Amino acid sequence: MSAVLEIQGLRKTYRSRRGVRRALDGFDMAVEAGQVHGFLGPNGSGKTTTLRTLLGLIKADGGRMSLLGRAVPQALPEVAGQVGAIVESPQFFGNFSARDTLSLLADAGGVPQSRVAEVLELVGLRDRAGERVKTYSLGLKQRLAVGSALLKNPRLLILDEPANGLDPGGIREMRTLMRTLAGSGMTVLLSSHILGEIQLICDSVTIISAGRRVAAGTVADVLARHATSAVRVRVESVADLTSSAGALREIGARVSVEPDHLVVGGIAQPGAITRTLAARGIYVSELAPVAVDLESVFLELTGTTPVEGEHRQVDQSTATPAVHGGWGQ
Amino acid sequence: MSLFRAETRRLAKRRFIRLFALGTLLVLAAIVTGMFLSHHQPSPALLARAQVEADQGYEIALRQAARETANCRAAQGTAAARDYPPCDQIYQPARADFRAGWNLPPAFDFRAEFGFLVTTLAALLAVMAYVIGATCVGAEWSSGGMMNLLLWRPRRLEVLGTKLAALLAGLAAFTVVVSALWTALFALTAQLRGTLAGMTAGAWQSVVLMELRGLVLVLVAGAIGFGLASLGRHTATALGAAIGAIIVLQFGLANVLSMAKAPYVEAYLAPVWVQAWLDKSAVATDWESCDYSSTQGCAATTITLTWPMAGGVLAVVTLLVVGAAMWTMCSRDIT
Repeated sequence: MSAVLEIQGLRKTYRSRRGVRRALDGFDMAVEAGQVHGFLGPNGSGKTTTLRTLLGLIKADGGRMSLLGRAVPQALPEVAGQVGAIVESPQFFGNFSARDTLSLLADAGGVPQSRVAEVLELVGLRDRAGERVKTYSLGLKQRLAVGSALLKNPRLLILDEPANGLDPGGIREMRTLMRTLAGSGMTVLLSSHILGEIQLICDSVTIISAGRRVAAGTVADVLARHATSAVRVRVESVADLTSSAGALREIGARVSVEPDHLVVGGIAQPGAITRTLAARGIYVSELAPVAVDLESVFLELTGTTPVEGEHRQVDQSTATPAVHGGWGQ
Repeated sequence: MSLFRAETRRLAKRRFIRLFALGTLLVLAAIVTGMFLSHHQPSPALLARAQVEADQGYEIALRQAARETANCRAAQGTAAARDYPPCDQIYQPARADFRAGWNLPPAFDFRAEFGFLVTTLAALLAVMAYVIGATCVGAEWSSGGMMNLLLWRPRRLEVLGTKLAALLAGLAAFTVVVSALWTALFALTAQLRGTLAGMTAGAWQSVVLMELRGLVLVLVAGAIGFGLASLGRHTATALGAAIGAIIVLQFGLANVLSMAKAPYVEAYLAPVWVQAWLDKSAVATDWESCDYSSTQGCAATTITLTWPMAGGVLAVVTLLVVGAAMWTMCSRDIT
């Protein structure tokens, strides 16, 4: 597969009277053709700056970018017709209808007006296309934003938080739409905070933290890289948890005691747990591997796991050593 | 071309722009109506009525003069005599002092009055153009429309330049149509309620040239409003700049310069330059100076601001503002 979007060593620094802030610090990313690629990161990690830079709205301080095999921003005017994008919250003139909004964009982009009706149908706005946008809910505006990005029938679709404001049915429709579009050969780059959705929709992900890439690859690979051998152990009586933990530590296990179970790591064979506890007259009622999901991997990699009693501040995320690669690697 | 078409469509669809243009048209219509209603052609009936009023006035004045003379004579030899002048010097009205023409409503003299009306039209349309120019790009910036458009057309100068071109084309079309209607309606007013006397081919040419200068003023105002709103990326920037310019650079500056007894204070004020542009010249006076002559005494010295000078100033200001807007469009991040 060929990469339709490649970024290498992207840097962007904001300077103000308050000081210097590195929004992007050598960020890398690659998205293969035909994939739905998730782009994850905590607030202020550099996601939107990356997308804006890629789309020519912000000038980078360094690094290389390409879209559809062409270096950008130099070739952006040539490839823009094949890249549909929404960045951050959708914003439209409140007094224009959805049909007017798309029709004006179609005119500006040289897209046939017949495409407007197709897109309105596709995003489910056909029956409300004549109403003023200011009467729309956030979810309807989001549909319109996606519609505006789809108007060009792009080869690459870049969506920043497309499920924001959608109801559960809308989120499911959006998920189906993404898969359908990817199935038709369109590449989709999806920035989102809804990690469950990303895990369901995306073939691959890139995780960004403090302006650097901290993980990248297929969803399965990223999960596998951060899977643990830990198991969850429940015993018949909660009163036996403390003595069970002691017994397991004696055989070299790492044990954390939770209110109604133990999490045990550092044991090659889970059978050793049952044998050790049975020898003490304690019987195991549940022995299950601790599953890892994208959310836990995200929280671990970005250092944004909530800590009881602490209030994490924006930008207070882990500047983990960057995962190198990208640009065809 | 498709971008230009989209921008002209967008301009025509904006509700604020429609309402503001409509409001301006209503104000202009009110002026036309007021001028029409306040002027009258001297018809035989009006002339007869005016003559009757003049005759009545003459009769009343005659009676008052006779009464006053009688009172004066009766007072002779008493203390009240000092309240009167010599009785033979009391004013005696003459019929010539009571002309029927004074009692006629005014007639509209196109040649004498239309120049001021062209200035009025240009000033109103320039204000409208400034606000529309500002909102046309300011609302795009503040609503995110500009960013959306740049995702489609990632050529910043082309996008901003096309928006400006669409604005100027729209303003030019509007101004030309309204100016033509304005001229036609006042020509009709003169025909029905005044006179078109003296409107030779040269006089009509002068009217057209003045209206063309008015058109340029409207386009300059639109471009400056557009440029300022684009610089601040918000309509309020242009409106704030206009208020600031009026308060600080006009009232404030005029007061300071007057207190400092600076020469030719008017030359620092924008309205005088606008007047110079539209009327072909305007005069600024140094009220502290004395150009003495044995026949005229002390006369203040003056300088004449001509329309080419005013045109140069308008061009420089427009180029600076629009140039700065284009430069920032290219150099600043869009966040």
